[in-house]
Amino acid sequence: MRKLEEKIFKGLMIGSSIIIIATLFYILYVIIRKGLPSLTWDMISKIPSGGFYLGKEGGILNAIVGSLFLILGSVIISIVISLPVVLYINFILRKNSRFSNIVRFSFDILFGIPSIVYGAFGFMLMIYFGLQASLLGGILAVSLLIIPIMVRSIDEVAAFVPRELIEAPQALGATRFETLKVIVRQLTPGITTATLLAIGRGIGDTATVLFTAGYTDSIPTSPGQPAATLPLAIFFQLSSPIEEVQNRAYAAALILTIIILILSFSARYFKRKLSKSKL
Amino acid sequence: MFNLATDRISTMEKVENNLKSPHLNVKDLNVYIQGKHILKNINLSIPDKSITCIIGPSGCGKTTLLRSFNRLHDDSSDVRLTGNVFIDEEDIYGRGVEVTHIRKKMGLLAQKPTVLPMSIYDNVAYGPRLYGIKKRRKLYEIVKHQLSSVGLWEEVKDRLKTPAVSLSMGQQQRLCLARGLAVEPEIILGDEATSALDPISTLKIEELFLNLKEKYSIVMVTHILRQAKRIADYVAFMYLGELIEFGPASEIFTNPKKKLTQDYISGSFS
Repeated sequence: MRKLEEKIFKGLMIGSSIIIIATLFYILYVIIRKGLPSLTWDMISKIPSGGFYLGKEGGILNAIVGSLFLILGSVIISIVISLPVVLYINFILRKNSRFSNIVRFSFDILFGIPSIVYGAFGFMLMIYFGLQASLLGGILAVSLLIIPIMVRSIDEVAAFVPRELIEAPQALGATRFETLKVIVRQLTPGITTATLLAIGRGIGDTATVLFTAGYTDSIPTSPGQPAATLPLAIFFQLSSPIEEVQNRAYAAALILTIIILILSFSARYFKRKLSKSKL
Repeated sequence: MFNLATDRISTMEKVENNLKSPHLNVKDLNVYIQGKHILKNINLSIPDKSITCIIGPSGCGKTTLLRSFNRLHDDSSDVRLTGNVFIDEEDIYGRGVEVTHIRKKMGLLAQKPTVLPMSIYDNVAYGPRLYGIKKRRKLYEIVKHQLSSVGLWEEVKDRLKTPAVSLSMGQQQRLCLARGLAVEPEIILGDEATSALDPISTLKIEELFLNLKEKYSIVMVTHILRQAKRIADYVAFMYLGELIEFGPASEIFTNPKKKLTQDYISGSFS
């Protein structure tokens, strides 16, 4: 009986893992099969010319650059906000203090809010302040979306910093701030993982940027200008009735996937390198 | 056996010489944690340039006492402390006394080796850098000197840039000691500093302590009686938050004045 149980559970575990991996590979397969033929040098090196969305010449450089600007800006803002929050609730406040529990709970709720709500919220703020859809608006809305992800994932690593490590610099006469610097060093792998998660979530999100960043065929030259993004480029092309344009949507999806993969692998590489030399 | 006996005689002689110069003075120290009375009216004079072991069963407050010596309770809001602790003549809990200034005077060796998340070299250089030493040559000299003084230089000199976590536990603890010594403290505090180490590493740390007491006052919390017997010049025995007996190790171990001390040493309870 117990042996049977063992077998069923083992089967279940292996089965689930295979389903996940198979899904991933199937998605990749579809994107590559449909997108690769349309993926030309023009796609990644040119901005759309007139009639691009009707199947004429051009590329989606505007969306590639727009997405990269957007995620870069959001990640910088998110780290600048998330890290102090995590340090404060973990290392300045008492363990399990009321306030830190309230903060954690709030971030859990924010984490669960759908991205369209952040988009609508950002849009509302922009109307209130009389701003037009712009790169900056998109950056702020995406920051709202990814800050909870960052806070919660860095927070989880921070909980494992031993008390002794906090006391070691203090015992040498380090001030609170100097001690926090050592802790941040200890947290580096966690921060890298959190950033990676945030990038993955932020760069692919459509709803937040729909109202806030807008869409344009040119490359933004200042934060005040609207910016195109890859998810929206996919969305617009996929809704076209022309097959050629639809296939370009898959090519755009392929580009987005490749960007995420490159970021993933480089983050892993740096994480390993950092933990080798610094930790 | 014969060696042990002669050792003890020489320790006794040293004890006599040292008794006169207290380095750390504890006056009417009371500590409350979350309202509980943990340390009760502690009065203790820790002599200069010798090893004082604080012994007692677990939960008796020995670590709390040690931590109050370098104000590690400062950041815990649920700890209340009354009384005074003097280093030489300075009250460390006195008004306007900078906590960093107090901590610089004391090196702490924690229960578990806690290396900082950086290279071996940077671990030792961390303290001096805090105090403004920036010149490479000077830092290198300090690192070399302190690593040599804990017997680690020969073992690590070719891999100073590798992360400190790559060392063995025993090596890590010696590195922590070198890191503490690099800020030139006057007192070394050891909080069961060998409890996570293997017997050989433990002996190394003990040997280091025996050498270091020429220059520093060492206070070591230990729950291992045999360790106290091996290294202590003075012993403080604590029980349920009170200091029961304090005196030269030879007296405490051979002729304790209090019945409680005698029971603990003979192993009636632990």
